[in-house]
Amino acid sequence: MIFEIWRTLRLGLKSLFLHKLRSALAMLGILIGVTAVIWLVALGEGVSYQAQEQIKELGATNIIIKSVKPTQTRSSGSGGLVVDYGLTRNDFDRILAIPTVERAVPMRTIRRQARSQGRTVDVELLGVTQEYMEINRLSLDRGRFIEDRDSAIPPDNVAVIGSEVVEKLFPVGNPIGQTILIDEDFYVVIGTTKNRQASASIGGSLEGRNYNLDVYIPLATLRARIGDQVMTSNVGSLEGELVQLSQITVTAKDFKSVEETAEIIEILLAKYHTKYKKTPDYSITVPKELLKQAEVVRMMFNILLVLIAGISLVVGGIGIMNIMLATVTERTREIGIRRALGARRKDIVIQFLAETVLLSAIGGLLGVGLGLLCGPAITSVKWLMNEYWPDVIVALPRNIANLEPIIANWSVIAAFLISVCVGVLFGVYPAVRAARMDPIEALRHE
Amino acid sequence: MRLAALVENLQKHYRLGGDVLVRALRGVSAEFPEGDYVALMGTSGSGKSTFLNLLGALDRPTSGRYVLAGHDVSQLSDDHLSDIRNQLIGFIFQSYNLIAQYTVLENIQVPLQYRPGHPPLSSRDVNHCIDLASSLGLGDRLDHRPSQLSGGQQQRVAIARALINDPAIILADEPTGNLDSATGAEIMQIMRDLNEEGRTIIMVTHEPEIAQHARRQFYMKDGVIAGEGIFPG
Repeated sequence: MIFEIWRTLRLGLKSLFLHKLRSALAMLGILIGVTAVIWLVALGEGVSYQAQEQIKELGATNIIIKSVKPTQTRSSGSGGLVVDYGLTRNDFDRILAIPTVERAVPMRTIRRQARSQGRTVDVELLGVTQEYMEINRLSLDRGRFIEDRDSAIPPDNVAVIGSEVVEKLFPVGNPIGQTILIDEDFYVVIGTTKNRQASASIGGSLEGRNYNLDVYIPLATLRARIGDQVMTSNVGSLEGELVQLSQITVTAKDFKSVEETAEIIEILLAKYHTKYKKTPDYSITVPKELLKQAEVVRMMFNILLVLIAGISLVVGGIGIMNIMLATVTERTREIGIRRALGARRKDIVIQFLAETVLLSAIGGLLGVGLGLLCGPAITSVKWLMNEYWPDVIVALPRNIANLEPIIANWSVIAAFLISVCVGVLFGVYPAVRAARMDPIEALRHE
Repeated sequence: MRLAALVENLQKHYRLGGDVLVRALRGVSAEFPEGDYVALMGTSGSGKSTFLNLLGALDRPTSGRYVLAGHDVSQLSDDHLSDIRNQLIGFIFQSYNLIAQYTVLENIQVPLQYRPGHPPLSSRDVNHCIDLASSLGLGDRLDHRPSQLSGGQQQRVAIARALINDPAIILADEPTGNLDSATGAEIMQIMRDLNEEGRTIIMVTHEPEIAQHARRQFYMKDGVIAGEGIFPG
């Protein structure tokens, strides 16, 4: 039995070697198909892994409540165009009172310009409390983060600045102890955060948020120095916003209570936020749902990829079938000779089937080899681009620039098995056609 | 006297597209004792090729009986016919019909590959092939491919291949048709030697000089054996 298989395979190899270019081209189709499956699935896994990491970074038990500027602008109140919306300090107290809430962290953010020694930089000014650092997994480079004692009455004018702010404002020397000017107030730098890659924003979307341009000051300081109402000039007209809190990050007691807590918060907020009926002025995001969503996206992605790859494998299979049909016609005489010398139909079928299976299996193996090169290939492409076109890398969205393909074991096995199956499937017809030939006709064939 | 082959009232009809019925053989009866050497002659369309195909178990007769070495092979299945061809028949063709990608030795071994049950080649088998090739003057050509051989050498390879399974009959279809007369004569000498060793040979030819080498000559016409002896044309 083993001897027979060996003999059949050797015979097949011999025939394939007779037409090297033709065999190579037929193999190429399968090779590309298998490589495509492995690469596409690896990239898809990489993308979805990144998306999930980004979501996980927010904390899977975290519920994020954000103030959302309503689309219907209400022009009432004393200041004319001052929009009063969003989460309030009362909301915060009510949420804190929910039993399944372990902790709630308030935050207020405004875009501002920071100045120091003649240098300026546009920053995100965040009024935060001590817990903000832990919740967002910030890590300190120097100094310390905002602490509760900074929010004493009167609150201190201290700031913790992100790595890019350090680069722009204090390119040389130690920024600790230096001062920065925001609006009319000076803040003493007490700490700097480490460079951090973009991560999912705090909110529904998955777009990255740059933490490196943040300036953190105590929430109480922000309220005291800047206040709730912020005026911005926009195309000549002055617009104002009255927002108490930009965001509240709620940590549920455990994973199971996340959705329940989110529902309670929803009910609670709906009760007090009746000003904007059509579109609420807040949003509630449960990362757990995003995780699920990411999983669904990943599956859809994979199905799509497998479809694309499947199509390319089928195309490869048709290529093989085409070649084998040509081979069968070309070797009609040989088939006739073999039949005359005692080959049964089955022997002929096996002979030609062995050739197609060999073609597709070798193509599949080479494809697996190329497929496994996916990681190094992407790394070297990145390296090359870093070396020769650094601008392009910088211009790329971070998600793409940092993409690491993850080769899924199942995709390697599936791709190879499918390639062999394609060989059998598309080899059967030419082989059967070869075997069905009338030996007399075949012998007469020129 | 034992019979190598026997045919009784062999008929073969072909249906060409539509209702056109071609009666290629219209009742052929003949006996071929062991050690016989028969030349089948006749013009094209006389039915000699059809007759040879039936004798070669490449096809089944429409009716009639064909007994080969004691086996009635007239209505066997395709697989059984394959086995019969493999075990009882040796073919020699006009255009040699060697497998181009195989060496001389491998070509001689092809029938052994298809022995019923597909036993692996033993060293005895291989030695048998080499001995046979050597006896036909191919001893120093075993690793050559057909394209590296002369026509006469290729036909010797074909003869060795026909003999490898020790067949009951050897069927030769214009064995010298593609050879010059000197080489053709060599091949005919080999055929005669084989017959003298006791091999049964049935040979199709249209050349009377070639047919003369045989012990008997059958002349076919319109699907029947019209007579025995050499007829011109």
